[in-house]
Amino acid sequence: MNTARTHFLAGFRGGLPFLLVLIPFSLLFGVLAVETGLDLGQTMAMSALVIAGASQFTALQLIADNAPLLVALVTALAVNLRMAMYSASLAAHLGHAPLWQRALVAYTLVDQTYGASITYFQDRPGLGLRDKLAFYSGAVLAVCPAWYVFTFVGAVAGTAIPEALALDFAVPVTFLALVAPQLKSLAHVTAALVSVVLALALAWMPFGLGLLVAAGCAMLAGAAVETWGPGRPRQEARP
Amino acid sequence: MSGGWGELQVWALIAALGLGTYLIRLSFLGLIGDRELPPFVMRCLRYVPVAVLPGLVAPLAVWPAATGGQPDPARLLATGAALAIGAATRSVLGAIVGGMGVLYLGLWLL
Repeated sequence: MNTARTHFLAGFRGGLPFLLVLIPFSLLFGVLAVETGLDLGQTMAMSALVIAGASQFTALQLIADNAPLLVALVTALAVNLRMAMYSASLAAHLGHAPLWQRALVAYTLVDQTYGASITYFQDRPGLGLRDKLAFYSGAVLAVCPAWYVFTFVGAVAGTAIPEALALDFAVPVTFLALVAPQLKSLAHVTAALVSVVLALALAWMPFGLGLLVAAGCAMLAGAAVETWGPGRPRQEARP
Repeated sequence: MSGGWGELQVWALIAALGLGTYLIRLSFLGLIGDRELPPFVMRCLRYVPVAVLPGLVAPLAVWPAATGGQPDPARLLATGAALAIGAATRSVLGAIVGGMGVLYLGLWLL
């Protein structure tokens, strides 16, 4: 069988489990957007142009709080700054692709497509560009269309989602599922611990800047343990 | 529309947020392309997932908005369960189902 096809299907299967929380979460966005006063066009435009749940909910909250436009924009954008790190991390794997393909990868770069792909790529050091793009596309196809479709359903059907579903936990559980398989060496665990401790300690910083500081320090901590620490993790081949 | 937000302002926010977010995503993918990065940078980039995601989760797990920011035993247990199942099985489905399962069980029991 064509290997690109195999990796595409693996990516699609890799993305499917996220739908368990992504579907209720996008329904909730549709419902809340309409409650906040956005019309159907605005609700769909936000899901199609931004495709970033946490940032979209932040924007709704700030509109509801009647925050100034510029404050709403900066705050909602800051939530997405972590994606610059995803972009750099993926550039190491997909940087050889033509610009138009990288432009499409950028549009669909969300936590789930990034997390599923980076674990897959790192587990398979010899994987070629075509196969990496195939896996990524599969994950995108599993995750992204559902975001638009269920935003629409939520905005149109618009009934309250029962509080018993505890959907506030949809975001944490998704991120936990993404990060757990990454805890594969002392360096990775150290980076994760530094990230947790600093993110909590710096939670007072405005615009979510604490997370960025925490993430920067955690990356350095991981790299330091890898360089000087005991029991070096296996070296990965350069892509 | 609530408060001072008019039709036009909402559209301006959507457009600017969409464009800004896209530029953030494109940043390194668009600019670096196939240029080689220094080994030290590559080493740091290997830790992006473990540097970003735990820091995102921590405040949401410890100070959940659903309980007014008070630590909640059910959510802490569910965090531990999702992490343990995910690390042991490397299964996204297992971590999500296990985490939400423990959360519902905890909310029902506690």
